[in-house]
This record gives sequence, C-alpha cells and structure tokens, in this order.
Amino acid sequence: MLHNAFASLTDLSKPVAVVAMALLLGLGVFAGLCLTVFCFVVRLVIVIRSGSKCKPGKKGPISVLVVAGSGGHTTEILRLMDSLSQSYSPRHYVIADTDKMSEDKIRTFESTKDGRVSEGRFTIQRIPRSREVRQSWGSSVVSTLNALLYALPLVFRLRPDLVLCNGPGTCVPLCVAGLLLGLLGLKKVLIVYVESVCRVESLSLSGRILYYLSDYFFVQWSTLKEKYPKSIYLGRIV
Amino acid sequence: MKRVFVTVGTTSFDELIERVTTPEATQALKARGYQHLVLQVGRGSILPDSDSCHELTLEVFRFKDSIAEDIKCADLVISHAGAGSCLETLGAGKPLLVVVNDQLMNNHQLELADQLYQDAHLLYCTPSTLIETLKMMDLSVLSPFLPGKPKNFADFLDKALGVQ
Repeated sequence: MLHNAFASLTDLSKPVAVVAMALLLGLGVFAGLCLTVFCFVVRLVIVIRSGSKCKPGKKGPISVLVVAGSGGHTTEILRLMDSLSQSYSPRHYVIADTDKMSEDKIRTFESTKDGRVSEGRFTIQRIPRSREVRQSWGSSVVSTLNALLYALPLVFRLRPDLVLCNGPGTCVPLCVAGLLLGLLGLKKVLIVYVESVCRVESLSLSGRILYYLSDYFFVQWSTLKEKYPKSIYLGRIV
Repeated sequence: MKRVFVTVGTTSFDELIERVTTPEATQALKARGYQHLVLQVGRGSILPDSDSCHELTLEVFRFKDSIAEDIKCADLVISHAGAGSCLETLGAGKPLLVVVNDQLMNNHQLELADQLYQDAHLLYCTPSTLIETLKMMDLSVLSPFLPGKPKNFADFLDKALGVQ
C-alpha cells in the first residue's frame, strides 16, 4: 500500500514534484522562522517582565554599569550616583572614547565621594561613540551596530546587576547587551533609565527606545509622565 | 561692583552679543547699577573691543574650561537657552535672563528654558526684545529654583532592588 503510494508519487511528472517539494520546504522554513521569532519575543517579554522580581540588593553589593555621556549627561548621572549608598559597588563607568572631559569629572567625583579613594571600587571603560550630535539616522544605525560589537564583550565580562543610564547614544547598545545576557539565561541585568531633566515634553531618541526595554524608567517632568504612563515620576531628581 | 555675565555656550549667538553691546543696552544696564559686563562669545564672528563700551567696563573671551566662576561672580546672567547654562546659573542661585535664538526653533533645548520660564525661575526674551526687557524687567518676580532631590531616586531604587 505504502509502496504503491510512493510509486504513484514518483510517477508524477518531475517538474510538479520539484515545485511541490520546494513549496513544502519553503513553508517549513517560514514556519520555523515564525516559531523562532515568536519564541524570541516571548522570551524577551518574560525577561523584561522579570525585572520587578529581581532583587539583587538582597544578596549583597550591587555592581553597576554607569553609562556616562558627555557634558550635561555626565553631570546629571554623577548627581544620581552621589545619592546612591555604598551598597552600589563596584561601579563601572562607560564613556565614549572621544570624550576627554567625562573621565576627569568621574575621577574627581569618585575621589570626593566619601573623601577617600580606593582603587577597584570603580573602573572606567571606553567604547566607540554610537552617535555624534547631529549625525544622520542612517549612519547612526551603522555606528550603533559598531558600538554593539564593543558593548557585548564588555557587558558579558563585567556582568553587572544594573545598567544605569540617562540618554547618551552609547547607552542603547549597552542596554541591548545587558538584555542579551538575560535572554540567554546567563544573568538578569536590570536596566534603569533616567531621562535627562532637559526633556520636558518629548523623550530623547534613546529614551523612546529604552522606554520599552528598561525595567525602571524615570522622567523628571509631569508632562512626560502623562504621555508615558509606564514611567516613574518622583519630581526633579537631579 | 555689580557684574553682568553673558554666555552663548559652545556655538555662537552673534545677534545676542551685538544687541547687548549697543549703547541703548549698556545704558539700560548702567541705569540698573551694573558696572561690569563680561561676554563669553564662543565661536561668534563678533568680538567686541574692550574699549568700545563707554558705560561699563567690558571683558570678552571665547571659551573657558569652566564658566562656574563667572556665574558665581555675576549679579545677573544673560544666557542662550542651553539647558546646561540654565541649570548651572539657577543652581548657583543667580537671576537669569534667557535670550532665545529665534533662528534655532524646534530645538529641544528650548523645552527646558520654556518650562523654567513658566515656573517663574527665569526671564525670557528674544534678541529683538532684549533692550526693552533690560529696561522693563523686574527680577523680584523670580522664584528660587530648588535643587532636585536625588535622594528620592536612591530611596526608590533601594526599595525596588531590595537593598537593606
């Protein structure tokens, strides 16, 4: 019976069989892709949703990856760092490799934080800048991907409990790298985003992306809280 | 000696420098008791000569590593709408007049200056209304700008992350 069916199948004219096989194969690949994307999205949602249950503070010191930007971004994030207790240690500061000012600011800040410098409690890491001011969107995508190549090994090596950032372009690839650690089940990295105080009515480009990917998203003006209900508003915090 | 500090930030704002050094503007400043005018002109093409002003003593420079000292010494700061300059000036507790560059509309930096104006932390004008503003302005209407509270952020995070 089976043999007969097989024989009749081979009896079919060759082109029809080839087309049928190709169609089946295509359908299989497509279904496989859909399933992969579906699984990926489900996993992504699970990882992002798991943020509120993640309490690294219960286990001891929290290692932090601090994404400093340039100029105003660095000043703002250092004000936030100043408010955090010694439970947040070690602190790894990431700066863009073209940024000379931020390193000085960070070193000055760390040396005055508790009036004593102790090497090893903080480090400074450099990655290529992902987006220069006024760079076009197209070339931004390319340089962001380039920055991701540097961000991935950095985040995988440091495995921070927390990524803290406030909007420089560099923070998107770093947060994506942190998210990937969670997706692979290696470690849940909490993403904390604080939108700059300069943003009153609209989010920055990084903010618009990380609103969906972060675990805690802070805004500093009530207008933004109304527009982005998932955000956290505690008044001005810098 | 009462000082006025004018800052244009990292770019240029020739129209502001031009207006603020007109005889009409310097007379208005003198009438208010200011005697010294310091200009940070950035990359601007106008670099006023320090002898060109008869009403006030004039000091001009392009850039400095930090303008914190100039802000600290000033009794009035006239600034472009940049967020950094606004926050630094208000943080130092100095009266601030922001001059908006109307050629740079849709700049997100204006968002903050506009909000701070609505909350009465600064005065707001354009280059064309600068002289009139210098004559008419009332600095006593300004309300102090209280520093933000990073402690609220730290407390929230401690709780959320289970820090004991």
